[in-house]
Amino acid sequence: MFPNLKNPVFTDIDDLSEMARQLRRDIINELLISKSGHSGGPLGLADLFSVLYFNKLNILPQDPYNPERDFVFLSIGHVAPIWYAALARRGYFPIDELKTLRKINGRLQGHPAPLKTHGLPGVEIASGALGQGLSIAVGTALGLKLDKKSNHVFCICGDGELNEGQIWEAAMTAHHHKTDNLTVIVDRNHCQIDNRTENVMMLEPLVEKWKAFGFELFEIDGHNLKEIMDTIDAAKKVKGKPSCIMLYTKMGQGVSFMQDNYKWHGVPPNDEQGKIALSELLPTKFGDFVDYYKK
Amino acid sequence: MNYINKCGNLLIDNLDLKNPEHKETRRGFGDALVELGKSNPNVVVLGGDVSGSVRTDLFRDAFPDRFFSVGISEQDMMGTAAGLALAGKIPIASTYGEFATGRPFDQIRQSIAYSQMNVKICASHCGFTVGPDGATHQSLEDVGIMRILPHMNVVTPVDYNQTYKAVTECVKSEHPFYIRFYRDNSPNYTNPDAPFEFGKADTLYEGTDCTIIASGLMVWESMLALELLAEEKISCRLINMHTIKPIDRNAIVQAAKDTDCIVTCEDHQKIGGLGGAVAEVLAQEYPAPVEFIGASDTFGESGKAVELYEKYGLSFRHIAEAVKRAVKRKK
Repeated sequence: MFPNLKNPVFTDIDDLSEMARQLRRDIINELLISKSGHSGGPLGLADLFSVLYFNKLNILPQDPYNPERDFVFLSIGHVAPIWYAALARRGYFPIDELKTLRKINGRLQGHPAPLKTHGLPGVEIASGALGQGLSIAVGTALGLKLDKKSNHVFCICGDGELNEGQIWEAAMTAHHHKTDNLTVIVDRNHCQIDNRTENVMMLEPLVEKWKAFGFELFEIDGHNLKEIMDTIDAAKKVKGKPSCIMLYTKMGQGVSFMQDNYKWHGVPPNDEQGKIALSELLPTKFGDFVDYYKK
Repeated sequence: MNYINKCGNLLIDNLDLKNPEHKETRRGFGDALVELGKSNPNVVVLGGDVSGSVRTDLFRDAFPDRFFSVGISEQDMMGTAAGLALAGKIPIASTYGEFATGRPFDQIRQSIAYSQMNVKICASHCGFTVGPDGATHQSLEDVGIMRILPHMNVVTPVDYNQTYKAVTECVKSEHPFYIRFYRDNSPNYTNPDAPFEFGKADTLYEGTDCTIIASGLMVWESMLALELLAEEKISCRLINMHTIKPIDRNAIVQAAKDTDCIVTCEDHQKIGGLGGAVAEVLAQEYPAPVEFIGASDTFGESGKAVELYEKYGLSFRHIAEAVKRAVKRKK
């Protein structure tokens, strides 16, 4: 009668790890085809997305807007290539569609487009202009609480994005209304488009800031799948206040020449760089959606 | 010959132009919210610290669980409203006009208009009539910056009764709305039982020499102008263009065909608002002389509302003069 949304695809860490590597290969292939887009952030978030979409989220890809679903808001819309890869791999839309990233008449817009205009399953709302996602997540969390529902709301923010004042307005609102059905995940990779984050705008002491704003804080290695899994469980159990996971990641994780280098924030690899990247990210049992170099 | 010809039943019976009943439009908003709260459990209201001013306090006191205070943070308010809409609610976000549109423009653009969220932005304290507060609080650009957003509906009711209707009706639509009203007491003169339909202008008076197309408080000012013009044997059609978007193109074109000239009147910048919207339609469909009443690319200042209308050219006397100019320009 009621579909089961608690339905992890993989419970084995090795499978989740292999999926994370496939998602990284997908990102490289998406960007090689589009020749436009962001490399660093998406690669750094592949482990998180593997855990979320293949283990932790209560979702039903064949019924993407099931009222019992967990909500995911990608406040940093520019990391769309990892979201699209995860959604496609999870069955929200055909994997072949990853070839259409940033192409005209496509659903895979450069930054996630609204459901009503572009209709990409799994996307809730537009994002791209930074700083807006947390307010939306708080609003949804408030609505769900009003209806006494148990869905959880996740909002993925970048660390550079925390320069935006609206994030802290939303943090105050979350605290004020005790939205314990909300978890903010901060991609703390210390990189933003211009430079290292602390050179652009001092964020530290960042954990203390979130604590001072009333959040239960978790600090974890964003590339340790077990830690991510355990922490998501712990965050969902927090009562009486919102939670924040400070996810320490490396921009460009998995590709040696991109790793921890802010210059890879907003550019795609060229053909030569893509070849090296794919040679470092070994093929997986899941298979690529394209063989880009087969001319 | 009669120079003032009232149409249909759109105005209350026995309207006394010299001594009308006065009521606050913002109270029309607040009263409508309370009724909506009773009839629709999905209606929720966001408060930006000015709930007593914009009269969302009435809803807050009646339905405390469905009122969400977000503090003085208009950008966050618009995003939170969008999120509530995703959870199936019908959020009403309300603050002063300038802070409901200028401050959170990017949030409205991305999270409400582009995303087509079912959010109703209801702005009080619009136009020159917040008088003594001065230019920072006189919202004269809000209609323009909401009108340019795709998917946004823009409504400017004229009095208490029509504000009540507009707010009541807008929740029946799933589209984003911007509804603009005022702080001060103003004449309450539209018939509460007359039909109200978004996008369908109300022709309040019929006339032959010119058509005045007005919005909001300027409709009353235009009614006073009709009296002056009648003394000079000039007869005007008067249209209450309560919906600026989608605008009633037929009413505008028909007016140009029938009276050959138009005067637009708004408590707003001439650029981008009602005047701009009317001129866009006429330029494409039936070019005719247009005179504009409104702020002339200028900010306001402190003063009484009546003094500001006089100084910035929005009084009924200015409207009458504009009509005469328009009539002279006819070929």
